[in-house]
Amino acid sequence: MSTVDIKRVVIIGAGQAGGETAQRLRQGGFEGDITLIGEEPLPPYQRPPLSKAYLLGDLSIDRLFLRPASTYQEERIAFLPSTRAVWIDRANKRVRLEGGREIPFDALVLATGARPRKLPLVGADLPGVHVLRSVSDVDAMRPAFVAGARLAVIGAGYIGLEAAAVARKLGLEVTVIEAAPRPLARVTSPEVAGFFLDEHTRHGVRFVLGGQPALIKGKNQVTGIALADGAEIAADIVIAGIGVTPETSLAQHCQLEIENGIVTDEHCRTSDPGIFAIGDCAARPIAHFDRVCRLESVHNAVEGAKIVAATLLGHEHAVEAPWFWSDQYDLKLQIAGLFQGYDRLVLRGVMADRAFAAFYYKGEKLIAVDAINRPAEYLGAKMLIQTGRTLPPDVIVDTSRPMKELVANAR
Amino acid sequence: MPKITYIEHSGKEHVVDAPEGQTVMEAAVKHAVPGIDADCGGACACATCHVYVDPQWVSKTGEASSMEQSMLDFANDVEDTSRLSCQIKITKDLDGLIVRLPKSQH
Repeated sequence: MSTVDIKRVVIIGAGQAGGETAQRLRQGGFEGDITLIGEEPLPPYQRPPLSKAYLLGDLSIDRLFLRPASTYQEERIAFLPSTRAVWIDRANKRVRLEGGREIPFDALVLATGARPRKLPLVGADLPGVHVLRSVSDVDAMRPAFVAGARLAVIGAGYIGLEAAAVARKLGLEVTVIEAAPRPLARVTSPEVAGFFLDEHTRHGVRFVLGGQPALIKGKNQVTGIALADGAEIAADIVIAGIGVTPETSLAQHCQLEIENGIVTDEHCRTSDPGIFAIGDCAARPIAHFDRVCRLESVHNAVEGAKIVAATLLGHEHAVEAPWFWSDQYDLKLQIAGLFQGYDRLVLRGVMADRAFAAFYYKGEKLIAVDAINRPAEYLGAKMLIQTGRTLPPDVIVDTSRPMKELVANAR
Repeated sequence: MPKITYIEHSGKEHVVDAPEGQTVMEAAVKHAVPGIDADCGGACACATCHVYVDPQWVSKTGEASSMEQSMLDFANDVEDTSRLSCQIKITKDLDGLIVRLPKSQH
């Protein structure tokens, strides 16, 4: 189908990926119908602050919204909140909503996101056991986030550690239980993970590494966690931060190709050329890294929206290298690239200064950076990765030369 | 409520009501001013909300922090009055602020 034939775009999922797609289509000059279907009652909002400023109570809810709710009407975007899509009829190009209404489309965008994994344990449904994905999740746990309360975080990924940092700031007692022998095992190197472990320990977080939760205890309210080795951790609040599962059920029912997410090409097209998939639910070939990945990040959500809008409008679009960030205490971690498969790690700066960057190499190629309170190293490395350049490890460690100068001379 | 004028690279002006306590980036994004991407939502993580503060206003907007300055070092077409608009908080004193937008954020 040529892009000029597209008069009706339907977007399922009103998170950051879906919301940005609607906006970028309209801003880019698309004049047809746009329908944005979201299960949550709120207009599209940013999720990253949920485990940071919003949990801390520093950010009012309207500041989370990508755009004020009124703009959707002003821009002729039919936003349907609290609405569930239940079926995609590929042959007739229609989406069926709960209640039976059907919406026809010329192009469909699946931005259905991901579901937090629930603890596969007895007691996981007790009041006081939470996940951290949506505004309503945070609103539900906030009243219990008071000084002296005991928080147990299961899973030491970024969201769990961010929540732990906020909780310490508010004066809660915090225990983090992680099944792996170290925190952040899936997302960074042992060196950088060790740095964050030390930081949290210094801030009073207790870690149970290699800990296997066996049972959530409590009658009408959670009271603690029993571990497989018999130990028990008392808790008034539990946050399960054990990852997410891509929301692919609609795609599955209409037989789109799925492999750890809805599979797409570099234009975010699924195995049906009239259907796109973006954000946490989708896996696409990542430019600069010769592989198909499902990334859970703001950058990936926004990039997907930009790609779909550019594809539908027939515009050019240059893809960025993947980037991420995390805020914990006064530490800003900025990540560019994908570190998986590295064979050499080089530090620029020293950890003791709480401002350093870990550069990841595969052979001679620079593939990623974890920059802690080092924004120049982050942006410099991102630029190198995007342009396919590298810097030799013995050059990158030389802190007497500013990053900008090194990048300017890189090949 | 303070008013802020954003001038696109093309010269097109946008005058926006900007609530105190929010940032110059947020007011732009919420009013769909083109030319400020702010992909990270104001976490000082992406450097795509670069603006030039009108020279008359520089004393009131203050100076960039070292973190912000490091990010700006890698932005395109940086000038003396360049700032990341997510790092400028709106106050009463900024009523009438004028900022210009660069050609591109990437």
